[in-house]
Amino acid sequence: MVEFNLPANSKVKGGTTHKAAAGAKNVRSFQVYRYDPDSGENPRLDTYEVDMDECGPMVLDALIKIKNEIDPTVTFRRSCREGICGSCAMNIDGTNTLACTKACDDVKGDVKIYPLPHLEVIKDLVGDLSNFYAQYASIKPWLEAQSPAPPDSERLQSPAERKQIDGLYECILCACCSTACPSYWWNSDRYLGPAVLLQAYRWLIDSRDESQGERLDSLEDPFRLYRCHTIMNCTNTCPKGLNPAKAIAEIKKMMMSRQV
Amino acid sequence: MSQAYEIEDHVYDVVVVGAGGSGLRATMGAAQAGLKTACISKVFPTRSHTVAAQGGIAAALGNMGADDWRWHMYDTVKGSDWLGDQDAIEYMCREAPRAVLELEHMGLPFSRTEEGKIYQRAFGGMTTNYGEGTALRTCAAADRTGHAILHTLYQQSLRYDTDFFIEYFAMDLLMDEDGVCRGVMTWNLEDGTIHRFRAQTVVLATGGYGRTYFSCTSAHTCTGDGNAMLLRAGLPLQDMEFVQFHPTGIYGAGCLITEGVRGEGGFLVNSEGERFMERYAPSAKDLASRDVVSRSMTIEIREGRGIGANKDHILLHLDHLDPAMIEERLPGIAESARIFAGVDVTKEAIPVLPTVHYNMGGIQTNYHGEVVNLKDGDPDSIVPGLMAVGEAACVSVHGANRLGSNSLIDLVVFGRAAGLRLAEVVTPGAAQPDLPKSIDAAVMARFDAMRHASGGTSTAVIRDRMQRTMQSNCAVFRTGEVLEEGQKLIDEVWAMMPDIGVSDRSMVWNSDLVESLELDNLVRQAVVTMHAAANRKESRGGHAREDYPDRDDENWMKHTLTWLGDDGKVTIDYRPVHAYTLTDDVQYFPPKARVY
Repeated sequence: MVEFNLPANSKVKGGTTHKAAAGAKNVRSFQVYRYDPDSGENPRLDTYEVDMDECGPMVLDALIKIKNEIDPTVTFRRSCREGICGSCAMNIDGTNTLACTKACDDVKGDVKIYPLPHLEVIKDLVGDLSNFYAQYASIKPWLEAQSPAPPDSERLQSPAERKQIDGLYECILCACCSTACPSYWWNSDRYLGPAVLLQAYRWLIDSRDESQGERLDSLEDPFRLYRCHTIMNCTNTCPKGLNPAKAIAEIKKMMMSRQV
Repeated sequence: MSQAYEIEDHVYDVVVVGAGGSGLRATMGAAQAGLKTACISKVFPTRSHTVAAQGGIAAALGNMGADDWRWHMYDTVKGSDWLGDQDAIEYMCREAPRAVLELEHMGLPFSRTEEGKIYQRAFGGMTTNYGEGTALRTCAAADRTGHAILHTLYQQSLRYDTDFFIEYFAMDLLMDEDGVCRGVMTWNLEDGTIHRFRAQTVVLATGGYGRTYFSCTSAHTCTGDGNAMLLRAGLPLQDMEFVQFHPTGIYGAGCLITEGVRGEGGFLVNSEGERFMERYAPSAKDLASRDVVSRSMTIEIREGRGIGANKDHILLHLDHLDPAMIEERLPGIAESARIFAGVDVTKEAIPVLPTVHYNMGGIQTNYHGEVVNLKDGDPDSIVPGLMAVGEAACVSVHGANRLGSNSLIDLVVFGRAAGLRLAEVVTPGAAQPDLPKSIDAAVMARFDAMRHASGGTSTAVIRDRMQRTMQSNCAVFRTGEVLEEGQKLIDEVWAMMPDIGVSDRSMVWNSDLVESLELDNLVRQAVVTMHAAANRKESRGGHAREDYPDRDDENWMKHTLTWLGDDGKVTIDYRPVHAYTLTDDVQYFPPKARVY
């Protein structure tokens, strides 16, 4: 008989509850995914009660308050706290987003915080993004041009041509979209995923780039590009309001139009 | 030591610590020169704080009107309140156009003029014809120029044969008995291993230390780790009293709103609806230098003309500007204002407050990026094997006050200059002598002691005390009395450090320990900053003393050098300002009154 088992550490167990100090009036519970690589034990959900009268508005403010005042071992990435560096991407209230721009008030009930889905978890909310970064490097995300750049001036680009890369270059590589994509969950070894394809399109459409053909050749593959099944989770979840699904559709159109 | 650590060794020609704009540019230059190069960063490169720069990068391209690098140089000298070294300023302004065009050739998505050239906007203190008109000099990619630069440089780095060590925390420099830098000790957060890097030259590109303050635009990771490494190595830091307050941090959140808003026509008003900058800077108005605007705002608030129930902030208007223009050129700050202030910028003003933003001071270098030290009476004696670039460095091009958009150009010009210098002075693959046996003993002992620290005061408590002390006692305006109290208070914070308690003892992604090591770095810089501020008895640029309101060129046109002893005692000496230019293409600009 075939026996099916969940992978190791899939089951999340209940954890410790840290009560708010007596006298706190405006208390909210934050349930935080904890995984300790040293113990090797299954992950758990710890609950932290936070007095919101003494806390900033964003989920990151609450996490920092928890780390500062309740449990310094809680581990997460963070840096700019203004939505531009992409460090604090995590799954909050069931949606991938940035903790620094997600207001606690936008969550109903207890605030549940998990790492980005389907990444190897290193510790607590810190996931392993190496594969994501390697895929980004694989699309050659830089200007490729055979014609030499003018020695004493810029390559010219009209405002209309420049407008083509709006909505693309702003990506902060937070990986919210890719790790929200079911197709990426199953095939992230071969499917590039929405974030990387958005970047692929950013270079395909840049009027200064001269390697459109080669770029399309390298995407012409049943997995790398075509595992996108327009599920649209990517576009729904992007904390910067970008539209990776549309960029992928545009790449598919480019593929089609060069075949006819 | 409670535990012997297994240490992995690496040997490189060049090791760059930090992967922001200057670190990546230096890494690229070293790699292009055929040097075996490693770049070490505690965050993934595109998370570095360069990413948050908004308004633009200054270079006299003249795409939107006449411009000249000499005018840019004059503005920078004046902006620095004559504390900048004019040879270095000449180098930066002269090389700026080339450095920006290089970025464009790499694929940076600059905004464009109708002719398809790089779009340039007005910025504070940037003028034409030595102060006569307003220059359009700041090259912009909408209001996400730092993001565009950092991502472009990271993309380029993928083309070169460079080894990146990402999420490695640099603990300390390896300095030998002759004062030569031989490498750096690091801790890999991902698997908890210790790595010893040997190098012919270490380049510190570790950024500023804004997080010494309670309210700053700086990222949580801006802890000036490289600066602190210098102090621990017994080397001085330069001009640490000069801290820039950006006029427009979002009230409460502290997030940056670019000066480009005012460059595009935005303006500040007080509670009486008055455009008060017209009074303080009749000519430049809202585009006066940052120190001038921050002081004016502080005076308005202090005199009861602040906004809100507590009359404690100022309003920044851009609701009179064309929404289409805002959408095209200022989309990022529209987003920030919506998220962090709940403001629709096309309809309402943004509540703002001067907020700590940039450190003019740092590691003293020459214009090649080589670290120098005052030794045997020679202020320009080179520290072998050590370079510094970016906000960590004090070349000094910014002197007592940096002009907006001069930071990004500093990063790429001096990152590039460091690469060029490395190509000259480092031989690829040259044999490196063995490290002295106990060179890292003190480094590992300090690390281990912090990891097992079991005192009664948490990292967060000490950090909060430090930040509040700096915020209240080393602010926009300073007096002898307040600074004297500040010295006492910050020395008390220093004295709290032996009682620090760390909760997490693990080695893998122990961010409690990272924050504690960062705090140790911050406290050292806070101490020298406060003492240097109390020591400088004049007003110059970002250092405004109410008890010494005037600039005193006779006694104080000199750089402050501060050393920090193991006992927390600060030693102060000086270094002359370079009162000469690099070439005969431009004349030295002698000091004069600084009026905007």
